[in-house]
Amino acid sequence: MIYLTHTPKNGVPMQTKLVSSLALLAVATSAIGALGRPAATAGTISGHVTYTGTPPKMRPIDMAKEPSCAKQHSTPVMTESVVTGPANALGNVVVYISAGAQSSAPPKEAVRYDQKGCEYIPHVAVLQVGQPMGIYNDDQTSHNIHPLAKVNPEWNKSQPPGSPPIKATYDKPEFIAVKCNVHPWMHGTFAVLTTDHHALSAQDGTFSLEGLPPGKYTVTAWHERFGTQTQEVTVGGGKAATADFVFKALPY
Amino acid sequence: MRDTSAQSAAYRRETSEKVALLKHAPPEGFLRKYVFSLDHKVIGKQYLDLALAAVVTGMVLSWLMRFHLAFPNAAVPGLGKLAPNAAAGGIMTPELYLSLMTMHGTLMVFFVLTTAPFAGFGNFVLPIQVGAEDMAFPRFNMMSFWVTFLAFMVLIAAFFVPEGPPLSGWTAYAPLSALGKDAGPGQGTGQTLWAVSIALFCVGQLLGALNFIATTLDLRTKGMTLSRMPFSTWAWFITSVIGLIAFSVLLPACVLLLLDRLAGTSFFIPAGLVVSDKLQPHAGGSPLLWQHLFWFFGHPEVYIAILPGFGIISHILPVFARKPLLGPKVFLACLIAIAFLSYTVWGHHMFLSGMNPLSATLFSVPTLIITIPATIVTLLWIGTLYGARLRFTTAACSVLDSYRCS
Amino acid sequence: MGKLFAVIVAVITVISATIFMTRIWWLPTDISVLGVGIDRQMSETMISAGVLFVVSQLVLALFVWQYGDRGDGRPIKIFPGGAAPMVLFATILVGAEIVVLSLVGTKVWAGIFLSAPDPKALRIDVQAEQFAFYFRYPGRDGKFGTLHPDLIDDGNNNFFGLDPANDTTARDDIVSASLAIPVNQPILLTLHAKDVGHAFYVPELRIQQDFVPGLVIPLHFTATKVVKKEIVCTQLCGLGHYNMRAYMEVMPENQFVQWMEDQAAQQ
Repeated sequence: MIYLTHTPKNGVPMQTKLVSSLALLAVATSAIGALGRPAATAGTISGHVTYTGTPPKMRPIDMAKEPSCAKQHSTPVMTESVVTGPANALGNVVVYISAGAQSSAPPKEAVRYDQKGCEYIPHVAVLQVGQPMGIYNDDQTSHNIHPLAKVNPEWNKSQPPGSPPIKATYDKPEFIAVKCNVHPWMHGTFAVLTTDHHALSAQDGTFSLEGLPPGKYTVTAWHERFGTQTQEVTVGGGKAATADFVFKALPY
Repeated sequence: MRDTSAQSAAYRRETSEKVALLKHAPPEGFLRKYVFSLDHKVIGKQYLDLALAAVVTGMVLSWLMRFHLAFPNAAVPGLGKLAPNAAAGGIMTPELYLSLMTMHGTLMVFFVLTTAPFAGFGNFVLPIQVGAEDMAFPRFNMMSFWVTFLAFMVLIAAFFVPEGPPLSGWTAYAPLSALGKDAGPGQGTGQTLWAVSIALFCVGQLLGALNFIATTLDLRTKGMTLSRMPFSTWAWFITSVIGLIAFSVLLPACVLLLLDRLAGTSFFIPAGLVVSDKLQPHAGGSPLLWQHLFWFFGHPEVYIAILPGFGIISHILPVFARKPLLGPKVFLACLIAIAFLSYTVWGHHMFLSGMNPLSATLFSVPTLIITIPATIVTLLWIGTLYGARLRFTTAACSVLDSYRCS
Repeated sequence: MGKLFAVIVAVITVISATIFMTRIWWLPTDISVLGVGIDRQMSETMISAGVLFVVSQLVLALFVWQYGDRGDGRPIKIFPGGAAPMVLFATILVGAEIVVLSLVGTKVWAGIFLSAPDPKALRIDVQAEQFAFYFRYPGRDGKFGTLHPDLIDDGNNNFFGLDPANDTTARDDIVSASLAIPVNQPILLTLHAKDVGHAFYVPELRIQQDFVPGLVIPLHFTATKVVKKEIVCTQLCGLGHYNMRAYMEVMPENQFVQWMEDQAAQQ
């Protein structure tokens, strides 16, 4: 199935449009399938992630100490540990199938992690156990990637401008906080999962998991600040299942 | 100061007879002759070879540093293969630069400046100058070289650990050096190996200093009173006394550092530190304690490095000037004054370190006072040139240039 | 050979003395009230040491020129007076120089480091961490909130570990990545380090002070010109030490008040 792991920061992600059309197709196909043939077509779990309470404000990051990065942004970049959208939407939540799906081999395609304008792009990089990752420094200054892994081996490498990309893979599932030692405001996450059914909620809170054979699944949603939540979802032949998550936000 | 009493003459005869009994038989076989030798001349040459290896290594490190300073973002040919982690693609990372700087400083200060003038030349020349057959403790002497050699190998091993050599400088200030690998790349095993290496180095130098002192005091030949000793012998003797006290402080400092790193103690680490987003589980220590211990060693260390040089050039120039050194007793008094005062000035490395600013004033005064004996020494050298008939051999020119630089 | 050496010594002496006397590479412009004392101490030290340097090097060159062996068998002479003139010269002249420099220098040093700050000084809390400086102003209530190292969250701009949820004094603290100060007003910085040793150095202010983990160190000064200068870290603190800096912006009073209002709105 086609799905995109990179979510653009603004605007409705392409995958939502793609997902809607695929969902229609799935519904149509499974409707025909219900006439007699076993429902072998894949289903979808989609939903919304929202919060209650008051989250911390997204604050502007002052990059004064690194003029080469500061001048790349005409308006200051905002902090990304809590990304909120309209109608209490919560972005950057990793939603994935934690039980019920068949395990699959890790994709060979490398996940790309960029350091550009002294920011990590994407803020949350979702990859599978054993999937390669390439870390690129697109800035004029050295960056220092320090994934603070506790289960996987922790490493800490500098990447001066012009260096080749750093290749990394992880063997165990973990949510790893990533920081740049040189620029204290740079923080990100590697979400290393065992499953290839995963999605990242967009700024409007929507996400979609596709390609799921009918069955019972446990869907887990993880936010770097507000914890983890799980839900049991059944994907039947013909219906697009939904799962909505509501996180309790604290202001500080 | 002629010592003519019969009692001390008898004592000296008795001592050199005792040493004669302990003396080693002529060595047989390659290992005993050239590797594990008890002979002071072989050991002196071994120290000089070690210093040569260290200086060449340090020089290569400095070339890499200079290349990076000249061409900051360029790829160093071959470095990418040599250090794939620290210099991917040949481009030097900041941690590699700092580790080069640390290792260069450590190699040069410890393994070149302390071994070559003091242990290298001293071991070779001092027993000959006082008329002894060998150093007072030949086995200690051999042990001191091999412990120093082991220290060198442990330091070089720091280049080959996965996280790389330490990056905290040759002065290894705490808590950067005491915290462990959270503080940065190279601060894991690399820094531990550094501390082990320096601790071993202290042991080697302490053994050497003991040897020099015992030899100078006990093994002078008949008729060589202290006042008749050559200047270089005096310089090595005074250097040994300085070294005995200074290295005795650096050794426990390194042990405390190792305890902080490996045993969870907090000699140098206060409470509440957050390093790489991790709250450190230490409390109660003081980073200033490391600085005090280190510089209490560190200042006398620079005098350990230079005093043998003072002695050597005061010994050499009168030969080529064809007249004795001006004011020999004054010269010796100045050397002793410098040695004594060197222990009172360590705080001038710590003026802005956060200790009470009043102590900066207190340390400035002996720092300025120590210039007086140093000035007298330089003036005595220049005064020796007055009325001389200088022969400008290579040795003489080298010595004259030392006067210029002093 | 000896004459060549003498000439080279004289040339090196003259060139190096000239470089200092013409101040080709000298200190940056001083923008602080007490900096003038530091500069004077520097000049006096350079002059007194420089004179002795030039004299002794030229005497060395002269003696090497004069007393090479010309093969004429002339008698060897001893310096008149022996070692005594050297001892006297060093003790009296160098001693006098030491006394003067110590007395004057102590006053300058005490003015910067041993004097009490102005009671109306603007207090700014400075935190040094690997590898940036952050500055905290007390805000409208004039009080600094308590610091909680376990609450530090760099990704969310909580660099100091403030607890605004439970600590009312922390709610209006203004945290900034640049040091903005009003011109001609006494400033009192309190320096503390989050992780390892760092240092605060502004060459133009002629002040420098190490950050020592575990200690809170006061540092006070008054800036006299409206400028933007770099604050650099001068104590090796790890791999990012070369890139550790912040900018100090000295502003006119009204601009500073506006800056504080803007910052407070952003917190």
